[in-house]
Amino acid sequence: MIDAKRRTLLKGSLGASAIGIAVSAGLLTPGTVLANWPKAAFAATETDAALNDLLGSASTETSDQVKIKAPDIAENGAVVPVTVESDVAGAKSIAIIAAGNGTPLIASFDLGADAIPFVSTRIKMAKTADVIAVVQTESGLLSAAKPVKVTIGGCGG
Amino acid sequence: MAGNIKIRAKSSNGVTTVKALMSHEMETGLRKDKATGEPIPAHFIQEVTGKWNDQVVMTAFWSGGVSKNPYLSFKFNGGEKGESVEISWVDNQGQSESGTAEIS
Repeated sequence: MIDAKRRTLLKGSLGASAIGIAVSAGLLTPGTVLANWPKAAFAATETDAALNDLLGSASTETSDQVKIKAPDIAENGAVVPVTVESDVAGAKSIAIIAAGNGTPLIASFDLGADAIPFVSTRIKMAKTADVIAVVQTESGLLSAAKPVKVTIGGCGG
Repeated sequence: MAGNIKIRAKSSNGVTTVKALMSHEMETGLRKDKATGEPIPAHFIQEVTGKWNDQVVMTAFWSGGVSKNPYLSFKFNGGEKGESVEISWVDNQGQSESGTAEIS
């Protein structure tokens, strides 16, 4: 009887500590999975694959209705200011891609009804490459690219 | 790690421009600790929501490719002086933060 109880106690405490270890190792972190976050698109290692996962298509049309502002030379790849603006009607979302990064998709912005197609942020670039902006409209994907020379990469350690 | 969000919202000619500065490490998960050689776990903001008078104007999905202490600016039609703009974020470890500002 005493032995049996001791066994239960042992089992119980072992189980509890295993869960504790899993939580501290980040395996069971609550809220890790955000329903809308496009996980596959962000994990994609090619621009086309990322666009396919994100927008269902990688066929973009270069358009002067999409304007992308980024420096010609970025001395620090860890902080590259990028501004994307468009005057196209009915823009639904804007994606920012650093073509030379291991996982090229940096960010995707869903635009609400009142939003103007304009976003500005700062991104990391691993090496000299194009920064690509893709604007999703009713009739397809419009894009613009801007080459940025990176003298120190911003993704390595 | 998580700090407050600095927000400026300015209305001009019927358009409100919002500028925000968030405080976050934005760790990609690819870097290694130089002293120990151990990989530094990914820790970055995944989702940012911008609201005007409690109505969502813009939702951003981010990877670890957005720079440390992220800057974000967006614009929307409408917005009067004194109305509120709220920005909130959630990161991949489930932490979150939000802040509000009055449109000026």
